[in-house]
Amino acid sequence: MTEDIFQGYKGRALAVLQKFNARVWAKVKVESSRGIFEGTILPRAENTDDKHLVLKIFTGYNIGVDIDGITGIVELGYKKAVYKIPEKEFPYSKDKPNVKLLGTGGTIASRLDYRTGAVIPAFSPGELYGAVPELADICNLTTEKLFAVFSENMGPEQYKKLAVAIGHEIEKGIDGIIIGHGTDTLHYTSAALTFMVQNSPVPIVLVGSQRSSDRPSSDAALNLMHAATAAAHGDIAEVMVCMFGPTSDEYGFLHKGTRVRKMHSSYRSTFRTIGDTPIATVTRKGVVPIKQDYKRRRKDRNVTIMPYYEEKVTMIYYYTNMQPDVIDALVDAGYKGIIIIGTGLGHVNKPIYPALERAIAKGVAIYMTVQTLWGYVHMFVYDTGRDLMAKGIIPAENMLPETAFIKLSWALGQTSDLEKVKEIMLTPINSEITPREPYNGYLIYQGGVPEVEAFIRKFHK
Amino acid sequence: MLPKIMNNSPRLFIKWVNLNTPKTIPADTMKQNFDPRRHHAETQQHIGYVPRTKATQADYDRIGFMSGLEVHQQLKTKEKLFCHCPAGIYQQADDYDAELIRHMRPTLSELGEYDGTALMEFRTRKNIIYRIKNETACTYDVDDTPPFPLNREALSHAIDISLLSKLKVVGEVHITRKQYLDGSIPTGFQRTAIIGIEGEIQLKHKKVRLIQLSLEEDSCREVSDIGHTRIFRTDRLGMPLIETVTYPDFKNPDEVKEGADYIRFLNRSTGKVLQGIGSTRADVNVSCKGGTRVEIKGVSHTGWMPELTHNEAYRQWALLAIRDQLNQRIKDQASWNIFVREAKAKDFKLENFGVPKNTALKVYMVNLPQFQGIFSHFTQPGRMFADEFSDRLKVIACIEKPNMVHSEMFDDIIGEKAWMKVQTLLGSKEGDAQLIFWGPEDDIKTAIETIEERCRMAFTGVPNETRKSFEDGTTIFERVLPGADRMYPDTDSAPIPLEDAEIYEAMKRIPKLVSERIAQLIEWNVPEDTHTYLLKNNLVPALEKAEVELNVPARFTSGLLAHTLKNLQGQSPMLPDFSYDKVYDLLKFLIESKLDLSIAKRMLFQLYRHPKLDFESILTIINFNEAKEEDILAKVPFLVKKYKEIRISKDDSAGVRWVMGNLSKLATGNISLNTLSKQIKF
Repeated sequence: MTEDIFQGYKGRALAVLQKFNARVWAKVKVESSRGIFEGTILPRAENTDDKHLVLKIFTGYNIGVDIDGITGIVELGYKKAVYKIPEKEFPYSKDKPNVKLLGTGGTIASRLDYRTGAVIPAFSPGELYGAVPELADICNLTTEKLFAVFSENMGPEQYKKLAVAIGHEIEKGIDGIIIGHGTDTLHYTSAALTFMVQNSPVPIVLVGSQRSSDRPSSDAALNLMHAATAAAHGDIAEVMVCMFGPTSDEYGFLHKGTRVRKMHSSYRSTFRTIGDTPIATVTRKGVVPIKQDYKRRRKDRNVTIMPYYEEKVTMIYYYTNMQPDVIDALVDAGYKGIIIIGTGLGHVNKPIYPALERAIAKGVAIYMTVQTLWGYVHMFVYDTGRDLMAKGIIPAENMLPETAFIKLSWALGQTSDLEKVKEIMLTPINSEITPREPYNGYLIYQGGVPEVEAFIRKFHK
Repeated sequence: MLPKIMNNSPRLFIKWVNLNTPKTIPADTMKQNFDPRRHHAETQQHIGYVPRTKATQADYDRIGFMSGLEVHQQLKTKEKLFCHCPAGIYQQADDYDAELIRHMRPTLSELGEYDGTALMEFRTRKNIIYRIKNETACTYDVDDTPPFPLNREALSHAIDISLLSKLKVVGEVHITRKQYLDGSIPTGFQRTAIIGIEGEIQLKHKKVRLIQLSLEEDSCREVSDIGHTRIFRTDRLGMPLIETVTYPDFKNPDEVKEGADYIRFLNRSTGKVLQGIGSTRADVNVSCKGGTRVEIKGVSHTGWMPELTHNEAYRQWALLAIRDQLNQRIKDQASWNIFVREAKAKDFKLENFGVPKNTALKVYMVNLPQFQGIFSHFTQPGRMFADEFSDRLKVIACIEKPNMVHSEMFDDIIGEKAWMKVQTLLGSKEGDAQLIFWGPEDDIKTAIETIEERCRMAFTGVPNETRKSFEDGTTIFERVLPGADRMYPDTDSAPIPLEDAEIYEAMKRIPKLVSERIAQLIEWNVPEDTHTYLLKNNLVPALEKAEVELNVPARFTSGLLAHTLKNLQGQSPMLPDFSYDKVYDLLKFLIESKLDLSIAKRMLFQLYRHPKLDFESILTIINFNEAKEEDILAKVPFLVKKYKEIRISKDDSAGVRWVMGNLSKLATGNISLNTLSKQIKF
């Protein structure tokens, strides 16, 4: 098993290790043109070059030694590191609600292998209890790992599987559900579950973390505690995303699954409700609703699971001078639905009109959303908009592009009757289209303005 | 090793919550004939403490003095290490744009245990608040953006200094995360990378081996740490810093200082590091024979090191003496227990102890069996063992000082009668010691654990810890010393290869070794009292340049710099327009103008205050008149004659001085005063 004892090394580096018969995890003395280096040979990370040997020196640091300068390696010892997350039995108490954590593969709780840097996910209740013991003060937790995929690889198969699993849990009498998920496509999944799991009697809370839990300042533990609080004790029985409110460790937001979006590539407070306020804030003390018109927790188990999905749906982000062949290509490839993310109030330029006409004629469902994210599609205002509507392009009101994409996939998964599809699309299931936009649904203050700066200084960011 | 008391404290609590009537002992057996002050002096003598000024190598050999250094040095770069914020701009504590709050959670080490520091920091339950100024901190600094590629300018400086330290430069730089849970870094870890390993520096009488040099990001500056709130500012955070780590090769306190100075001078000799307050800070590791490595943190003056290391070695020596005594007294340590009982807060007027009025605090009494004489045992000059409790109550349980009184204080504020009552309530026996502490209700559990824990540590000797230093050479507990397993690879950064070509380039540009510089100074006959100043400010190259290019003796330039200029710097701060290069320019001007060097001192005086003036103008200001040598010498016979008329002393040398005094103003700058004085003959 050569690959095992030279873990990750390839090319020249592998040849040198083989030449001197030095294994990964061996304590070695390396003679090189830059001097003698002593340490333990570590596995080499993927996607790195074949010119260096990685050693952990006695002070705990890692260094790389230039392979070409190595004139000799002597093994002084060998100790393979094996890592396991400590498990402690998750305590059960009769007076606490039962919560199920469904795993999708995101590393909501994990720890790092100190020597290789590999992330080991903590997932079983015992492992989670070892990492976040406070969870036991909130609920009785059981877990099920449905699949292990990265956030970006989530898709129809996973959405359907999740919806079905949620249905089973509700039937079995669970008090709340948490879904651990990577953050990149969290809002796609939350939209999909809103449509596929309707009329849930219990909270369904999707949660992730922006900083992995092997970091002391991670948001994972607090997010998990917030999600557990919302799932176990909250009164809001909707599909929600639970993530940090501010970047500070203060409170989380519960966002409606259809109105939420990841708005920063790395901030902790990256998830924001667009065009409305979040439903509630959550701390370990409980859920405090911001909106009052939410769906309440119920005792019954009457949930409707609708796991439908048409995969031949796409989104196109309009850009200046877009050419008609882009649309034609999609139609030729057999796409049945297209979400256009148009400029301003929902516009595209004239040169692509013929292509859109051809698509409509072929029975492709085309809906318009806006690049501005905030605000409604308003195609009556300018000629362009009126032209497009005349051609059969349907404005999707203030539905977010990703939500519209998921909904169209879900609608086309149920029927190919475009009239029915239109009815499904324009009948909101949970605020994906709202009849009005409150004044505080759009708050993007800009720094530098004295009153804004005064506000920022006053409250934790 | 910390005793495991994180989650098994019920043992303790059951014991004092279910308290029945304690056995009382006759009050008159207590506290009699015990004089803490005398005991303190006796124990100081008993362990063989000698003041540093009187200590010899034999004393240090007897206690097995051992010390090593971790010298931190900020690099001079435009930007921070992992982001593009400007480096080296500092703000006042209350000058900030926003604040944010974080908590640090310990992460499990591979054995499923929490690291010692992690455990402590978690128990302290601190709210960490960061103050951010937009000018100096960005989203990277507060851990909301992943790192940008490592600052290449900083890397190149670190390579230069590694080579000067004779370290072996690594083939590939691996960025590592080193956990810090005290909040001083918002991520909870410091990004750090080894640049070189295994080097050496040459001191006067010995070589000191170096373990490694790392390039790392600097931490936040603390604003305050009161109760459960610790506030930091983020201006210094992320600045590039190098850390040079030595082996524990120092065998006495003076060597520690010499080593620290050497490293400091070496760093500065590159001209690529920052100088000034806080730019060089060292952690000093000290142990004695049978002791443990204790780290004295952030010592910013090398002059403090001898006293600090001396005292720390003796503190450990004292703790070992305490251990031996306790081991003799207490055979069954497993069943040894402190005894805690709540006191009626109204019985104690806490304001008498210096606690602010109207603070709602709980008061607890603690009996420590067989600890009499341990409390007042000498540890450091002016400190006793009981102080270690108070320090830990502040740091771990977050109870502000004053937080306790005890039965062996030099100045007892409780009174003997009251102590007897306490002893009765606690069921104390002869030979026990008592303390009374107070704090907010939520902190009592941790406080009791902390007291018990420190007692148990006394059974084994010297706790692993980091200590904070004071100017008087004493230290207090700061943190538990972190374990080795707090380092892991930074998954956000790729390794950086260091090609041979890059190292060869660096070798070409690095300056001479500090040891060679010192040898040069000796060869030039430069007075030793100027060496520190010259090395500290990296001025030996300037001496060399003046010597080689202008033929100005290094000894002369050294006096001009290390005496005249140093003096001026002491009187007023250096203006931004002034630089050391100006001194060279001045010398060059004198040589080119064929003026005598003797006028340099007077000119420097003006130049320092008016660095923008040209040299001609300075000459005008000081009323310099150009005169030919023969014209000056022509005046000598007249003055000699004059002196003879008015002489009041028979001593001819007084006459020479008198003539010199009359001519010096004219002569300075025109003729060497030495030459002149030789021409004055009686």
